[in-house]
Order: sequence, then C-alpha cells, then structure tokens
Amino acid sequence: MSAPSSRLLFDEPGPRARRRIRVATALSVLAGLVLVALALKQFADNGQMAADRWRPYGTWPMWRYLLEGLWSTLRAAAVSIAISAAAGVLLALGRVSPSRWLRVPSTAYIEIVRTVPVLLLVYIVLFALPRYGVDLPLFWKLVVPLSVSNAALFAEVFRAGIRSVERGQLEAGLALGLTRGRAMRTVVLPQAARRVLPSLVSQSAGLLKDTSLGYVVSYAELLYSGKVLANFNHLLIQTYLVIALVYLVINASLAKLARTLEARQRTRPSRAARPAAAAAEPDVAQP
Amino acid sequence: MNVITDHLSEFGHGLVLTVELTLLSLAGALVAGVVVAAMRVSPVRALRAAGMAYVEVLQNIPLLVWLVIAVFGLPEIGVIAGLFTTSVVVIVLYQGAYTAEAIRSGINSVPAGQGEAARALGLTFTQSLRLVILPQALRTVVQPLGNIAIMTLMNTALAAAVGVVELTAAANRVNLAEAKPIWIFVTAGLAYMALSGLFGLVTGVLERKWAILR
Repeated sequence: MSAPSSRLLFDEPGPRARRRIRVATALSVLAGLVLVALALKQFADNGQMAADRWRPYGTWPMWRYLLEGLWSTLRAAAVSIAISAAAGVLLALGRVSPSRWLRVPSTAYIEIVRTVPVLLLVYIVLFALPRYGVDLPLFWKLVVPLSVSNAALFAEVFRAGIRSVERGQLEAGLALGLTRGRAMRTVVLPQAARRVLPSLVSQSAGLLKDTSLGYVVSYAELLYSGKVLANFNHLLIQTYLVIALVYLVINASLAKLARTLEARQRTRPSRAARPAAAAAEPDVAQP
Repeated sequence: MNVITDHLSEFGHGLVLTVELTLLSLAGALVAGVVVAAMRVSPVRALRAAGMAYVEVLQNIPLLVWLVIAVFGLPEIGVIAGLFTTSVVVIVLYQGAYTAEAIRSGINSVPAGQGEAARALGLTFTQSLRLVILPQALRTVVQPLGNIAIMTLMNTALAAAVGVVELTAAANRVNLAEAKPIWIFVTAGLAYMALSGLFGLVTGVLERKWAILR
C-alpha cells in the first residue's frame, strides 16, 4: 500500500490528522466487531454454532470427500483451460488475419459468444443437444460449454497480446523471408504469449470459478459435492461455508500468482527489444 | 417460430426480470464500488484493509457459490428474504468488488497534482475525493464500467440456477414444455446479445461525452 498512487489523497498526517485517524480506526474496528457479533449471534440463535455441527469438518473422511470434489473441479478446469486457450490462439490469429474468410467468422464467434451467458450454453448442452442425438458424458457437459464460452475470452486476451507486439517484429520476420504464418508463429506469438501471461492466469482463475456450474450439470465438482454432502448430513450452511473457503484459498493463490507475474514483467521493461534473449538470461536485463 | 409467439409472455416476463436484475444490480454495484474504492484509498489503515479483504473475498469465490449460500444457507440462520431480493443483493455485493477495482484504477489514473491541489485548498479527505478526484476518476473508467455492466448481465443468468425465473430460466421452462430447443435458445441468446449491444452503445455514447484523454 505504499505505492505513490495510494497516497494520492492524504499526506503524512500531522497531530490532528493522526487523532482523527485514530478515531476513525476505532470506529471502523468497532463497526466490524459489531457485524461479526451480529452474525455469530444469528448463527447461535438458530443453533448453528453447536460444536457438533462443525466438528465433522475436522475429520478426514469429510475432507477426503471434498478434496475429491476439488480434484474434479481442477480436472474440469484444466481441460477447459487447455481447450479454450488453444481455440483462443486460433481465434485471435483468425481475427488479425488479412484474409476476410478467417477474420469475419472469428470476429463473429468472439462477439457472439461473449454476449451469451455460460448458463444458457450449459442449458443448450444439457437440454437441446440430446434431442439431436448428442448426449455427452457428464464431464463434457460441463467442459464443452465452459470451453466454448471461454475460448472467446482467451481469444481477446491473445489478441491484445498480438497487438501489443510492435509491427516491426512481424515485418522483420517477413523481410527475412518467413511466410506470414511462420512469422506469426515463431516471432509474434511467443512474445505475445509472454506479455499476456498474467491475464491468462487471471482468465484461468475466472474459468475455475465457472466450473461451479457443475452444480447445474450435476457433475461432482466441488460445489455439487457440497450440495450432495449437505443433503446427506443436513449441515447446509457449514458445508457451503467450508466450500467457499476452499474456493477462496485456490483462487486467491491464482490471483497472487497473476500479480507476481505482472510485477515481474514490469521490472523488465526492455523485453520487447530482446525477445529471444529474455528466456535465455532471466533477471539480468540491463537498463 | 410458433413456439416463440405462443410463449411470448413467458419470454417477456423473463426478459423484464433480467433487465430489472441487471439494472438494480448495476446501480447497487456502483454505490458499493464507490464506497469500497474510497475505503481502499483512505488514510485509515483499518478501512484500507477492510476494503481489500472485501474485494479479495468477493472476487475469489464464484458467484454461484454466493448465490447458493445466500438462498439456501441464510434461511438456516434465520435470515429470510425474497428470492429476487436475495439475488439482487448477492449480485450487487459480487459486482461491487469488480466495480471497486475499476474505480480504484480510475482514482490511480488521476494525476497526483489534483489531490495535492485539493489538499492545498484545505479540502478534507472526503471533500477532495467527492469534489475533485471521483468526478475525474469515474470519467476515465466509463469503458471498464461498461464491460462490468455486460458482465453483470451475463451473471444475472446464474440466478436461474437458484430458482429466479429470468430469461435463461424462462427459455429453459418453455423448452421443457415444448421441446423445440433451437428456436427457444436462439431467441434467448439473441435477447442477451441485443441487451449487451444496447449496453455497449450506451457505454460508447457516454464515453465520447465524458472521457478525458490522458
């Protein structure tokens, strides 16, 4: 929080400002405590604080079950990320391609899919496709709509990366006699991918959150496992809170990773000038 | 096409509910976003920490999990509200975190001299935020806020998963009754596209009117 930007609205506080800040701190801490107390009271009044309603979450079988759910979540997310990243690269290349036959369909796909809710796609896979004889296994009923929708988002991330690479890079590739496709693949894309790495990580975190739609599909990922568990042991709010906590830990780590990558990129601004060397000699960029 | 005309009222109700959900959520998220962003730049460390915790917790847990907790979990601790109200509140809080981040990036893009000038004139923190910084910050983030509006529209569909009969759920119901999926889902999809297009247009107009080039 010591970045200059966060000091935009206040200077080093003097004696009076310090007193005011102390009062404000006391008040906000008090307000926070009151909120927590109210929440706890609400839990207690409805008998949800009883120790035996929480104790199951200290036991291994419960966690083994939830971790199995988490494993399914991660598997679905990993497969969707792989598919949508691959499709995203192709769509991004299509969208910047000089050929209209590639550009128009890619652009149309991206623009259309971006403005249709994922849940609608899930419903289509669940209820529309079987009528036309396409009845996918549960895993794919979740992964296909997620990939279809996230491919468009990944494509936009990659396109931003491709556009951020200086034109000269492509032109130099062409001047060396590479075909446009090869120049894109061997010169522009590697640089673009490295630049958008932080966005790719946060996009992946978003996709991981979307896997909670397994709840609708009845694919046993984390949230649906929680639903099954809660129906079984009737510890509804406890189960969902534990699940929320698991999501929080996973996604906060991913967000942290994205921030770290971004910070690392900012400290190495001269990458664009020496793309090939950056991978070979990390962290020694001379100003 | 008969499927659509026969069920026009269902689609209409769904569409109206989606628009209501979106607009209410957006209005709420804007307020929540301004408040949280203000907390995150305030001189009081406790408030900064609270604002940061809010954003982290809200953004890192899927909206569907929040909806399930609020709709099925909260009645267990005696907090009972209507389904629509619950969904709006949850979406407001969720999108509020994203709005706060967008607004904060706007605040960071305001030149430091503006804040310094405001302080030199003797404005307090709230005054300088309200009168000097925020008006400039909000104008620079019209485009990101437009994207958040479209994201909110997409996210209101998740309310269907907990039982709100908005556009997606309405389409699903009509399909279960009629079993003509293509037309029904395409219609719903077109409605969403039209709404997003509308948001995009409004954002574009506002951007041209307000944006400050830096």
